[in-house]
Amino acid sequence: MRAPSSGETGLGEVLLAVEDVSLSFGGVRALTGVSFDIRRGEIRAIIGPNGAGKTSMLNVVNGFYRAQAGRITFKGEVRASMRPYAAARGGIARTFQNLALFRGMTTLDNILAGRALKMHRGFFWQLIRHGPALAEEVEHRRRVEEIIDFLEIAAIRKIPVGRLPYGLQKRVELGRALAMEPDLLLLDEPMAGMNLEEKEDMSRFIIDVNQQYGTTIALIEHDMGVVMDLSDRVVVLDYGRKIADSTPDEVKKDENVIRAYLGQPHGVSA
Amino acid sequence: MQSIDGSLDTLPKFLIHNAKVVGARPAMRHKDLGIWRTWSWAQMLEEVRAFSIGLAELGLKRGDKFTIVGSNRPRLYWAMCAGQALGAVPVPVYADAVADEMAFVLAHAEVTLAVVEDQEQVDKVIAMAERLPRLAQLIYDESRGLKDYDHSRLISFADVQAIGRKKLASDGECLARWEAGVAEGKGSDLSVILYTSGTTGRSKGVMLTYDNTIISAHNANAFDRLDQNEEVIAYLPMAWVGDYEFSYVQAYVAGYCVNCPEAPDTVVQDRREIGTTYAFAPPRVYENILTLTTVRMADAGAIKRKAFDFFIGVARRWGEKILDGEKVPLGARLLYAIGRLFVYGPLKNQFGLSRIRLAYTAGEAIGPEIFRFWRAMGINLKQLYGSTEASVYVTAQPDGEIYADTVGKPSPDVEIKISDKGEVLFRSPGVFVGYYKDPEKTAEVRTPDGWVHTGDAGFFDTKTGQLKIIDRAKDVGRLKDGTLFAPKYIENNLKFYPNIREAVAVGAERDFVCAMINIDQTAVGSWAERNNVVYASYQELAADPRVYDMIASHVDEVNRALSEEELMSGAQIKRFLILHKELDPDDGELTRTQKLRRGHIIDRYGPLVEAFYNGSTTAQIATEVTFEDGHKGTIAARVAIRDMKIYPIRAARMVRAA
Repeated sequence: MRAPSSGETGLGEVLLAVEDVSLSFGGVRALTGVSFDIRRGEIRAIIGPNGAGKTSMLNVVNGFYRAQAGRITFKGEVRASMRPYAAARGGIARTFQNLALFRGMTTLDNILAGRALKMHRGFFWQLIRHGPALAEEVEHRRRVEEIIDFLEIAAIRKIPVGRLPYGLQKRVELGRALAMEPDLLLLDEPMAGMNLEEKEDMSRFIIDVNQQYGTTIALIEHDMGVVMDLSDRVVVLDYGRKIADSTPDEVKKDENVIRAYLGQPHGVSA
Repeated sequence: MQSIDGSLDTLPKFLIHNAKVVGARPAMRHKDLGIWRTWSWAQMLEEVRAFSIGLAELGLKRGDKFTIVGSNRPRLYWAMCAGQALGAVPVPVYADAVADEMAFVLAHAEVTLAVVEDQEQVDKVIAMAERLPRLAQLIYDESRGLKDYDHSRLISFADVQAIGRKKLASDGECLARWEAGVAEGKGSDLSVILYTSGTTGRSKGVMLTYDNTIISAHNANAFDRLDQNEEVIAYLPMAWVGDYEFSYVQAYVAGYCVNCPEAPDTVVQDRREIGTTYAFAPPRVYENILTLTTVRMADAGAIKRKAFDFFIGVARRWGEKILDGEKVPLGARLLYAIGRLFVYGPLKNQFGLSRIRLAYTAGEAIGPEIFRFWRAMGINLKQLYGSTEASVYVTAQPDGEIYADTVGKPSPDVEIKISDKGEVLFRSPGVFVGYYKDPEKTAEVRTPDGWVHTGDAGFFDTKTGQLKIIDRAKDVGRLKDGTLFAPKYIENNLKFYPNIREAVAVGAERDFVCAMINIDQTAVGSWAERNNVVYASYQELAADPRVYDMIASHVDEVNRALSEEELMSGAQIKRFLILHKELDPDDGELTRTQKLRRGHIIDRYGPLVEAFYNGSTTAQIATEVTFEDGHKGTIAARVAIRDMKIYPIRAARMVRAA
């Protein structure tokens, strides 16, 4: 009864294109001439062994790092350089490998913080919290409540996130990213450190976000089973270079990928 | 308080009546997106009617069966009444039932239409569609994730209501026709089929008429003086007779408000916001709240902890007496009042029990300590006993006659008798019509003159005149000398001690009773920490002589308690041991729902049972265990056996025997 997912029906337009991007820290080359694209509506995975440059790649995409070479096109606009703030305003939201939540604030407030960019009334209005500012806050609260309902975290709505177990904190972080109503959602190891059940829940939510809101998702993940099940296309990095870019099935069979994961000495295989 | 009105003999009639008489009062609330939404009786009638007419347009008609699957939500309750208004029969099923079980029930009940909560349930029903050829229509409440589904047989609740509202607007006679349909219903009509999860074999569909449930509800409301001012939270499975009665029939009859929680795990918060006045919960719930309190208090500062302990002491001493209206010295009343201000009040408020007038516990035995604790806090916690076949309960404790170990007196209109074999039988207006499509089973359970076999062994307590349930009748055995031996009763008494996690009583066809005990690693572990008992594993802790001493004192107390009970005094525990490993479902020792598989355990630990009865003080045992990753290993141990003191049988009995 289910319609085929976007991955099978042919892909949407290119939402984000990375062309020939290189990044180095001093003498360390984190990324070397990497190119790939992310199409609207897909779940795109970036995988690779430890230190392959996956997180660096995400950081370049959302403007946290500035690439020394290459260019990035987002929604048809070529970006020379971009601040994370501008990326966020432009519709890119992300979660972090290590949690970055406001630990003393409640789940509700953390997710509401994700709406900060959408608040139009200025500081003065927020302060008196009346009239238009109140109406605006009510509307934001409604959106946040929808997310709380969506992620099934109603029971922890008013609990400071510092007191929550890790798996739930990850979910709150996803909620905060969703609150931005992003065009592109970057998830940095959304399932790291989770047990099997938490992973299943999280996978379910990622698929639901993609289908319900049509959000394009790029994720980094170590768990191969999860990656192969979730994603429409996979790009594989190793030592800062792209070594494969295809569907999960083909990537699984790719000799370079197998070699990278089995850990043959670098240089021998190349 | 509703008067018993002969013309009000079905639930849809009650709905129309309430909408007229108490139309503006709240009938139902649901927390959605963080906000409580309220429907008055008048609004609820409109919602139910629109859905009902929509159902009729979809082809649901008198006599059809339809199912409800999901957690407690207003729309699912409305669906029940909407179908009943057309003369169709709801068959609510457990939302968490395994697919095979659910498919059996739906096929057996021949349901033609299903109203389900969300995508999860839609998927489940679709997966079993092949086995349900009659199922023609699927209606869902929550649309998330269902956008891309084939909607040829699938429609949302709101769309069905839209069909109904359109029909109402376009067809001037529609309303009159619908009301005439409701008026056609009568008390003797089949109103619901509730499938009981039988412990053995397939589920059986218990058929109840409107009379069954409505008369029981009238009696229950009168017994506890429940009226339209009550607030309850609906959180127990909708397929269970208790929820059907408490959250639906009694509410319609009394006109009180039913609140649906936001999610299953927000019940405590939701209860705090609503402030329920009438509650029903299995013992587990009261136990959890108390444990939570104790754990949090252990982390509190010294002054708070001292104050807490002091006032809990006051409450334990005087609370129950004050609750039962007994004579209490002025000083104690004063202290209790201060305690209420600083401890009991805030504590009850924390768990949403500030306004509670009446709370029931049932289903399993409740620990006397837990029971008394809540009563000491000023909560009128009572016990009842019932079954689906009785359309809810047959005994309940009247105010002021509350005991931790009884289940109360027969409710109004209920007769109870104990068979020669000690089985409890009842007869009442609530007695079910029969099992759906199973006259044989019906005849097994219900005698021609209307008595129903409960399958439970029990007796009337001579002190209180109340019923006591001891065990499932088939589990009750006898010692070699003919003394009654109720293993579960003994095990429950042991398990009421926090240090004891599981207990297995052995004794059927033997000379005396012995017990194998599992200690609770958390409770005993924390005791060990405080008392400098060093251990490396469960096995080592279990074998420690000081742990044995502690458990022996518990067993001794149980023996003393047993000696005071006429029927049980012969079955005191003569010897016990502490098992070297925890009983585990993975080893087939417990069921997945943590129930003891006594027979299997006695076989598995044969050498220990043998040692009980050949007088050895230790026994060697090697058991195969299954580890979590599936591989198997063996645990071998030498287990010590302790002898216990047997208390003389109560004097009263000897006098009577003489």
